[in-house]
Amino acid sequence: MKEFFRRTKKSFPADQSSEQAQIPDDLWVKCSSCRELIYRKELNDNLKVCPKCGHHMRMSAREWIGLLDVGSFSETDAHLLPTDPLGFVTPDEAYADKLKKSQHRTGLADAVLAGVGSIDGLWMALAVGDFAFMGSSMGSVYGEKMSRAAERGAELGIPLLTINTSGGARQQEGVIALMQMAKVTMALSRLAEARQPHIAILVDPCYGGVTASYPSVADVIIAEPGANIGFAGKRLIEQIMRQKLPAGFQTSEFMLNHGMIDMVTPRGELRDVLARLLQHYRRQSPPMEEGDDGMEATDATPIYVHGRV
Amino acid sequence: MDQLDTPHVPVELTPWDRVQLARHPQRPHSLDYIFALCEDFVELHGDRRFGDDAAIVGGMASFGNRTVMVIGHQKGNDTRENMKRNFGMPHPEGYRKAQRLMRHAEKFGIPVLCFVDTPAADPNKESEERGQGNAIAESIQLMTVLKTPIVVTVIGEGGSGGALALSVGDRILMQENSIYSVASPEATASILWRDAARAPDAARALKLTAQDLYALEIIDEIIPEVPGGAHTDRLATMATVGKRIAAHLEDVCALDLEILMRQRYDKYRRIGHYEEQQSFAGRGFL
Ligand SMILES: [Zn+2]
Repeated sequence: MKEFFRRTKKSFPADQSSEQAQIPDDLWVKCSSCRELIYRKELNDNLKVCPKCGHHMRMSAREWIGLLDVGSFSETDAHLLPTDPLGFVTPDEAYADKLKKSQHRTGLADAVLAGVGSIDGLWMALAVGDFAFMGSSMGSVYGEKMSRAAERGAELGIPLLTINTSGGARQQEGVIALMQMAKVTMALSRLAEARQPHIAILVDPCYGGVTASYPSVADVIIAEPGANIGFAGKRLIEQIMRQKLPAGFQTSEFMLNHGMIDMVTPRGELRDVLARLLQHYRRQSPPMEEGDDGMEATDATPIYVHGRV
Repeated sequence: MDQLDTPHVPVELTPWDRVQLARHPQRPHSLDYIFALCEDFVELHGDRRFGDDAAIVGGMASFGNRTVMVIGHQKGNDTRENMKRNFGMPHPEGYRKAQRLMRHAEKFGIPVLCFVDTPAADPNKESEERGQGNAIAESIQLMTVLKTPIVVTVIGEGGSGGALALSVGDRILMQENSIYSVASPEATASILWRDAARAPDAARALKLTAQDLYALEIIDEIIPEVPGGAHTDRLATMATVGKRIAAHLEDVCALDLEILMRQRYDKYRRIGHYEEQQSFAGRGFL
C-alpha cells in the first residue's frame, strides 16, 4: 500500500490540458485566451491562471491538491476501478477499451480523485473531478467516490469540499450512471444529518447530470470566473431554438446573476474564501467523539487528531 | 376479457420497438391514469415562485381507501395539447411545483405516487435562466429524504435527469414497454455513433428497456402490458397498473418510517458497478 502511494505520487502525469499548445522543450505555454506565451513555471506558480489576461486554465485533479496545505492530502478509495456493466460497444470503440486508453493516458483509474486534506489546518473530505478522464463523466466509480467522500465527512465530522467539472452522466454506463445522481445526493443526506457543510466549487466546464445533482444543492456554491456551467449544452439549445445564444450565456457570472450560485471567486482567492468559510462552520460544529474517526487504518489514513489539527 | 391470461405472443420486440411503443401518442398518459385509477382528484397548481408548468400535473386523490398525492409528467394526446404541455418536458417551475406538492404530502402524512413520462427536462434558454439544473437537483434531494412513502411508475419515456427528478422512491415499477435512459437513443447515437439515425443501435446498447433495468436490479417490477402495447387496450393496461401500484403501496405504507427511510437509502446507495482492489499492483496503467 505504502509502495503504491509513493509510486502514484511520483508518476503523476504531465498535464494533459488541451488548452496548452505544446511548445518545444515545454518551458513555455501559450494561453488559449490571449495567445501570449507564458513561462510554464510562472503559470504553475499562479495556479494556472494566465498572468497576462487572467484566463483560468483547466487543472487536473492532482493539480487541484495544490489548493490544500502542503503535504496534508491523503488519497482514499484509489483502488476503485471502473467496469463495463453493459458491455457497451460502438463501431468506433468498446467502452472497456476506452477505459483502458483513458487510464494509460491520464494515469488515473477514473475521473474522481478523493481524499482528506486541510486548508489552514482545517480538515475536510475532498473529491475532485478530472476532465481529462472521459470528460469527468459521472459513472459508477465517480458516484461511489463522491458518495464515500460525503459519508467520510459525516463519519469524521468534517466538511466536504467537491471540485466539479463534468460533461454529465457517462452514457456508456446507461441508467446506472444516471442513478449515481440520486446515489450521491442520498449519501449527502448523511453529511447533512451530521451537520457538516458541503462546499461545491464549479469549474469549467460543468454540465448535464452533475449540474442537475449534488453540486447544485451544496450549502455553498462557488464558481470560477468565466466557467461554462449549465444543464443542457449550448449547441442543443441553439438547435432547438434556432437562434444564437447571447454572449455570456451559461457562464459563472450568468449563474450568479440568476441567483443559482453564491459567488464567483478567482482561483487565487479560493483558499482564503474556503478558510474563512471552514472557520465559521468549525466554530459551530460539535466536537468529535474520542476514537470515533471511522477511518480504516491504512497508509491512506491522514495524520490528524479527530478531525481537527 | 383479462388480457393478462392471454398466452404471451412470442414476438421478440427489439429495444427500438419498445422505444416506439413507449412514445406512442395514444399510450395512456398521467392524467389518464389519475382519472382511471383515482377518485376525488383535486389538481393543485403552481410553484408559488414563477408559474404553473403544464408539463407536470399533480394533486390529491383517493386511491383505493387512501388519500395519495399523485404527481406526473404530462404529455398531450394531440399536437395542440402537446404544445400546451411542452411535450411533457418540464420547466424548472414544474419541478418546483412537484417539490411543493411532495412537501405538502409529507406534512400531512400522505404517500406519493409518481408517474414518469418525459422525453427530457425542457432544454431551452429560459429554463437555463431559471435554473433547470438546480430545480432537478432539488427534486432529487427532496425525494431522498422525504418522510412519506413514494411509489414510482414509469408509464412511457423515462428521459434522463428530467425523469429522475420525479423518480427517486421506495419502489420503481416499469411497464413492459416503457423505457428509462441516461440520454435519448438519438442523442447517444449522434454523439457516440456520430449519426442520429443509428438510434436503434444506441437503444440496444443503452440497456433502456424495463427488462434490462430489472436484470440490472435498478427497478423493482415489470408491469405486463397487453400484446401490441398499452395503447391497444388502454383500460386493461391502466387496471393492471393500478393493481400493481396498490400492492406496492400497501407494502411500503406498512413499513415503519425509519425502516422505510433506511431501505430507501440502501436501495440507491448500492447502485453502481466497480471493482475494488487492494492495490493497483500489476494493473500496469500507471
Ligand atoms: Zn491569457
